[in-house]
Amino acid sequence: MKRKDLLGIQELAREEILEILDTAETLQEISTRPIKKVPALRGKTVINLFFEASTRTRTSFEIAGKRLSADVVNVTASTSSVSKGETLIDTAKTLDAMAADCVVIRHSSSGAPHTIARMTKARVINAGDGAHEHPTQALLDALTIRQRKGRLDGLKVAIVGDIAHSRVARSNAHLLTKCGSHVWLCSAPTLMPVGGHELVTENCEFLHRTHSMEEALQGADIVMMLRVQFERMDESFFPSVREYFRYYGLTRQKVEQAKPGAIIMHPGPMNRGVEIATDVADGPYSVILDQVSAGVAVRMAILFLMLGGQSS
Amino acid sequence: MNLVVKNGRVVDPARKIDAVTDILIRDGKIRAIGKADNADLPQFDATGLIVAPGFFDIHVHLREPGTEEAETIATGGAAAVAGGFVAVAAMPNTKPPNDNPSITSYIVSEARRSSPALVFPIGAITKEQKGETLAEIGEMVEAGIAGVSDDGKPVMDGRLFRRALEYAQLFDLPVIQHCEDLHLSKGGVMHEGAMSARLGLKGIPAAAEDTMVSRDLILAEVTGGKYHVAHLSTRRAVEMVRAAKAQGMKITAEVTPHHFTLTDRAVSEYDTNAKMNPPLRSQEDVDALRAGIADGTIDVIACDHAPHHINLKMLEFDRAPFGITGLETAVGLALTQLKLPLPRLIEMFSLNPQKIMRITPWGVFEGSGAHLTVLDPSRQWKFDVNQSRSKSRNSPFHGWELKGKAVGTIVGGKVVYEDRK
Repeated sequence: MKRKDLLGIQELAREEILEILDTAETLQEISTRPIKKVPALRGKTVINLFFEASTRTRTSFEIAGKRLSADVVNVTASTSSVSKGETLIDTAKTLDAMAADCVVIRHSSSGAPHTIARMTKARVINAGDGAHEHPTQALLDALTIRQRKGRLDGLKVAIVGDIAHSRVARSNAHLLTKCGSHVWLCSAPTLMPVGGHELVTENCEFLHRTHSMEEALQGADIVMMLRVQFERMDESFFPSVREYFRYYGLTRQKVEQAKPGAIIMHPGPMNRGVEIATDVADGPYSVILDQVSAGVAVRMAILFLMLGGQSS
Repeated sequence: MNLVVKNGRVVDPARKIDAVTDILIRDGKIRAIGKADNADLPQFDATGLIVAPGFFDIHVHLREPGTEEAETIATGGAAAVAGGFVAVAAMPNTKPPNDNPSITSYIVSEARRSSPALVFPIGAITKEQKGETLAEIGEMVEAGIAGVSDDGKPVMDGRLFRRALEYAQLFDLPVIQHCEDLHLSKGGVMHEGAMSARLGLKGIPAAAEDTMVSRDLILAEVTGGKYHVAHLSTRRAVEMVRAAKAQGMKITAEVTPHHFTLTDRAVSEYDTNAKMNPPLRSQEDVDALRAGIADGTIDVIACDHAPHHINLKMLEFDRAPFGITGLETAVGLALTQLKLPLPRLIEMFSLNPQKIMRITPWGVFEGSGAHLTVLDPSRQWKFDVNQSRSKSRNSPFHGWELKGKAVGTIVGGKVVYEDRK
């Protein structure tokens, strides 16, 4: 991988996306071995710098690094305790001084990984920044889709829920439109970002917006549900959870509007009964756990490509 | 101070002067305009340069008292004269805010002691800028304020703002509003549009400015108050001001150089030096602002000089404070970006600001305070923020190539800034 950092999908070319997915597929087999470890990244140091709570992404990166024999250190930083953002800059410089090879950062502020990347020699991977991007999530979603559907182009993908606050929606919209699939962003008018029609910068004709879940789901190959991010909501976006679920919750009846064989995705953690009914989440079309496994493979691939590991 | 400004092209549209001549200054005042052979006096050679009534920036944050690590009256004054400004009006959001005559007096006396530029304090409209009760406006007038504003903290209470517009008429004082509906803008850090959607940053909708301008224009009409809109940034706000003026209302409006130069695209790399309030808007808004400058809807260019210590600007984008410095780039940007006829430029930087604020005006006439700005419209130069006289470095214009510059600043007959090639 030529670029120093992986900060978002927006700036990636389609070829770079495919390189990561192809590499992930070759590395996937490692996780099925009795001894799930290869020495590819021995002697490399990966620091998980998480300013925001996360279990699955942090664990996924940690496992990915360890399966490649990198030394993985977890740092749970706080944005509030130390005197404001000096934390961010000083922490970055400190980690650089410790000769970290890669810093995986999650932060509640959009753009925080960009600030870190400008100041460190270490390579930076964005593990989710504010409402901006979550590139590794989009890549693992793409791997899941490609393995289930055999392709990434010509699909109809409905992304339903809290678009305004979702970095997952943004990264997926970039990735899937770049690859030639039609993305339907679906949310209540209050949760659709102003300017959302220009959310992607290329293949704009592949991006669609609707307030109607029926329209989004009609003939969809993929239904991607987003978590309602109550923690980011400081105003009245919808009247109640009951009303939200009525219009934007995924029920079994609604699933039937999608194409037969459509798959249901969710980046997790789920709010059962808010955006997705339990029987759908646990139902036969749900690939939510496949996404989790794909996450380890994709993150292994990214670490491998970025840290210049040797194949073994 | 005595001085002869020699052989410059003297331009003062208010006095209908445009001629290559000399200006004789004695004891800080202009004594004669015309050929002066006073070889005994100090000379300022203005050959090939334009000599104009001193420029006045009516929207500046000097940070003193309270945040002297970012700027002081002395350093802000030094930056002002280096940008060609003989005078600035200082916004009241100091710590504590300038909401009483003691703070006003402190600023006035400290400026006399340490600032090369004239400093006219602006008093707060409301006590502690809280938007609850009127500050002692009259007491502050006695101490030397030139206008009132709760800048940065718009007066949300319509009834109170109405009273301010009424009461300030007692002193012929402008009431300056930073137009922003704080409910609509809450939590926002940049212009709401395609860029904010892409960057995942919370937007400040243009409507936050538009609705406030709309309310204020109605209150200004009802009260007949002397109303001035600070830093216009949106198309609709420009249109509303234009319509109000067409109806004959005596309102005025200003624009900053960054709002007519940059769009929200400047934020794309999360550069905190592109974060200010009002935010950088869309190209459509920039076009509307330029049209407003061209047709006279907008009266004044003022830079909203807002220095911040680098520690604060090195924060995450959504946590960094709003504002950029601007005193040293304002004239250069206006000359480079706008291509205004010279009389119009002088009107926007000197004559109109003087009309709006409650001050004793100056210009090229006998008996005027000798406050002059000397321009070289063809000077090519590059702005280096590290050479700035300001204590702060938060400018998005570092490294910009500009054409046209203030090369001399004369305050009370004293040459306080000179930049010879």
